[in-house]
Amino acid sequence: MAKITLRVNGKNQTIDAEPDMPLLYALRNDLQLNGPKYGCGMAQCGACTVIMTGNAIRSCVTEVKAAANRPITTLEGLGSTKKMHKIQQAFVDEQAVQCGYCINGMIMTTKALLDKTPKPTDSQIKEALAGNLCRCGTHIRILRAVKRASGQLV
Amino acid sequence: MKTIELNRRQFLKTTGVLIVSFNILPPGSDLFGQSSPPASGEPDPTQLDSWIAVSQDGTVTIFTSKVELGTGIETALAQIAAEELDVSLRKIKVDMGDTSKTIDQATTSGSRTIERAGPQVRQAAAAARKELLRLAAERLGAPAEKLTVRDGVVSVAGNPSKRVSYAQLIGGKRFNLKIQAEGRGNELKLAQDVKAKDPKDYTTVGKPVPRFDLPPKVTGEAVYIHDMRVPGMLHGRVIRPPTINTAPLSIDESLVKNIPGFVKVVREGNFVGVVAKTEWSAIRAAEKFQVTWSQPKFKLPANPDELYAYLKNTKSFTTQKGVERGNAAATFEKTKKQYETSYRWPFQLHGMIGPSCAIAEVRGDQATIWSGCQGPFRIRAAVASLLKLPEKNVRVIYRDGSGSYGRLSSDDSSEDAALLSRAVGAPVRVQWSRQDEHGWEPKGPAQTQTLRAGIDDTGKIVAWEFTDYSFPWTVASATTLLASEQIGIKSKSPGQGNGNQGGGEIYAFENIKVAAEQIPWMQSEPFPLRTSNLRAPGQLSRAFASETLLNEIAADLGVDPIELRLRYLTEDKRGTDVLKAVADKARWQKRGAPAGKTNGGTARGRGVAMTRRSGGYAAAVADVEIDKSTGKVAVKRITLAHDCGLIVNPDGVKNQVEGNIIQGASRALLEEVTFNASGVTSLDWASYPILKFPDIPEVDIVLINRQDVAPLGAGELATVPIPAAIASAVFDAVGIKLREVPFTPKRVMAEIQKKT
Repeated sequence: MAKITLRVNGKNQTIDAEPDMPLLYALRNDLQLNGPKYGCGMAQCGACTVIMTGNAIRSCVTEVKAAANRPITTLEGLGSTKKMHKIQQAFVDEQAVQCGYCINGMIMTTKALLDKTPKPTDSQIKEALAGNLCRCGTHIRILRAVKRASGQLV
Repeated sequence: MKTIELNRRQFLKTTGVLIVSFNILPPGSDLFGQSSPPASGEPDPTQLDSWIAVSQDGTVTIFTSKVELGTGIETALAQIAAEELDVSLRKIKVDMGDTSKTIDQATTSGSRTIERAGPQVRQAAAAARKELLRLAAERLGAPAEKLTVRDGVVSVAGNPSKRVSYAQLIGGKRFNLKIQAEGRGNELKLAQDVKAKDPKDYTTVGKPVPRFDLPPKVTGEAVYIHDMRVPGMLHGRVIRPPTINTAPLSIDESLVKNIPGFVKVVREGNFVGVVAKTEWSAIRAAEKFQVTWSQPKFKLPANPDELYAYLKNTKSFTTQKGVERGNAAATFEKTKKQYETSYRWPFQLHGMIGPSCAIAEVRGDQATIWSGCQGPFRIRAAVASLLKLPEKNVRVIYRDGSGSYGRLSSDDSSEDAALLSRAVGAPVRVQWSRQDEHGWEPKGPAQTQTLRAGIDDTGKIVAWEFTDYSFPWTVASATTLLASEQIGIKSKSPGQGNGNQGGGEIYAFENIKVAAEQIPWMQSEPFPLRTSNLRAPGQLSRAFASETLLNEIAADLGVDPIELRLRYLTEDKRGTDVLKAVADKARWQKRGAPAGKTNGGTARGRGVAMTRRSGGYAAAVADVEIDKSTGKVAVKRITLAHDCGLIVNPDGVKNQVEGNIIQGASRALLEEVTFNASGVTSLDWASYPILKFPDIPEVDIVLINRQDVAPLGAGELATVPIPAAIASAVFDAVGIKLREVPFTPKRVMAEIQKKT
């Protein structure tokens, strides 16, 4: 066990953890941040996506020691039902959710995309989300939500 | 669901800690102090209070055992209640899936919630409105027929100053009113003596309404079953046997004992699990665990050929008879031109993005289970049997789950958690790994069909024989779940049949016989190729076979495939309408033979297929492009016309239809569980790929709203014609006859090469 300081959503928090434990479990169990979800543990589905130092990463395969002292943003860091981030609002406006289990990954991947490419083309959006799986088949609405969040016509 | 979510958020606000504890209160009580069903015993279906409660602030809570699986039924049922009560939608809350608070309305499956629970909710709401008007008439001193209601406020027609609200009439109090209730589950008929609104007067039903449950799901505030924590909770993992029907001969705990937080190895019969204080400790313990398993008693078929041979050559234990008219076999022998084909459909996954998860707290002779299951009452019965407790001592509470598409009709993780909790005397959360979910989820059954069709001198199809060979499903009501089986509780039944719709029965062929043979599978063994109901069970496969053959016959006759279908739908207006609607929308141009176009290495084609499922109709046109050098099929666009009767929430229906189309395309193009004699080999998303963003087709949907047909579900219908429509488009593009799913580049390429 080691003391590890995490900088999540603008707050520093120190936890006791096995250094090789994936960041996902620190976020969910130690910090009670349930936005990131366990989906595969193999970086194949994207449900666990968070933003670390500006990049969308898979918290299920990122060791917590590698995340120490680096700025991390989770879904909770974007907004809340009281004050939604524009991406979250766009997902509601487009009703771009079915079960919602994958949606954390969709929104966080979109955040990283729009931070770098504010007006992405359709194919840039599809490419950015290519590693995020949705089983309910909400893709069409998600694509529209990303477009809307970027201020482009849907 | 909404009520509890709010409670939880309030709880969070005050404590700042994500610990949810409902079981500290006796069943039936409510954290909000809202009116709720009886505090003791089970709710009584003949009491209006079991269905509806009005709180002092005017909020109306609807109680239902149906659950929100991500399909939008929470909002749709609220629309139905709001409509009947004349209350604005924002005042309706829906409390779902708690066995201590709701009546068993059957498992949320088969796309039947709107069809069956919808009328139950409607009639309960109509009965409540009638009673509220009676109370208002007394209070206002005016006859009930002179009263009008607007957003939960009753006033006297022509004298709006005389008014009283629902909350003033009954807020926080019980109705104490008996209502009629006959039958059970999906067949339960409520308050049939109460007249509900005429659909032509609807103002809320039929409007596109944003779903209640979405905002917290995009912010991380929604608490899925995976996110729940209860005080004192430990974490469990189950060690699945590597092969079928094996027993743990020896367990080496030495590598596990030193893991910080390790609590206990649990073994009961063939069931082996581990419990730890933290999730990471449980994961590490499960990885390090050393079990020597016995040799399996039998082997699985080693490959798909063996499997399909087993299906064809094994005597069925039951036949699900479909339509039979005239004498198809005798007529076939006399026909001028005959077609005999067969088709194959592999095992496919439900593929929940969030693997199974449940929490159990077993204390003495009481058990509480939190689960994302589709049927809380089924799981209650299963857990009660597993723990040898009376059902009334087990409470199952639904929490939002990952989309499950039939998989959680049989939520194995609830039983896993129950066994582990009993063994350690504390609440235990069990989270399945991705590998366990892919390997051990009960899969959509493999199927094969044989078809014979004959046409007479005039080109008329006069004989049609369709036989489906399929495995039955495990369902918690008839067969045991994994943990039960592993501790020696045997299934009472070989499982439930995989259905028989989609074999061509929609068409008015003079002589037709449709049947589905259920082939015995060792369903009751703890067995990696176990099966269960997968969205529109069995019908994608049957429709792929029947619609593909029909398209081949059309091309052979030189008749447009839509025109050919219409010849056999003359008595079926809804079937005709849906087909014409899709043809219009897709700007279908008649084709008597494959009419696809090739441009360089890319061939383009379009195809059509239709279906009727449980009273609903769907017809699809697929546009595809095939890369002739690789065999890759790209589905560019699906146009689909959909008739599910009267539409409750058009946007909700559209969302479901889009999902059905994409999942259907994914199953047709990519999906096949792979296995060898020892078990499943496709244990992750790399070996079992599903459709990804770059390959998502455009969709164009026509919703046909029928005021004269009672509302039906939209959760399954539209997925059925997709594989057949794609196969037909591939045929149109390159003239190959696909007879096996999935249409992988390798399979398509082999067919193209065979042809040239």
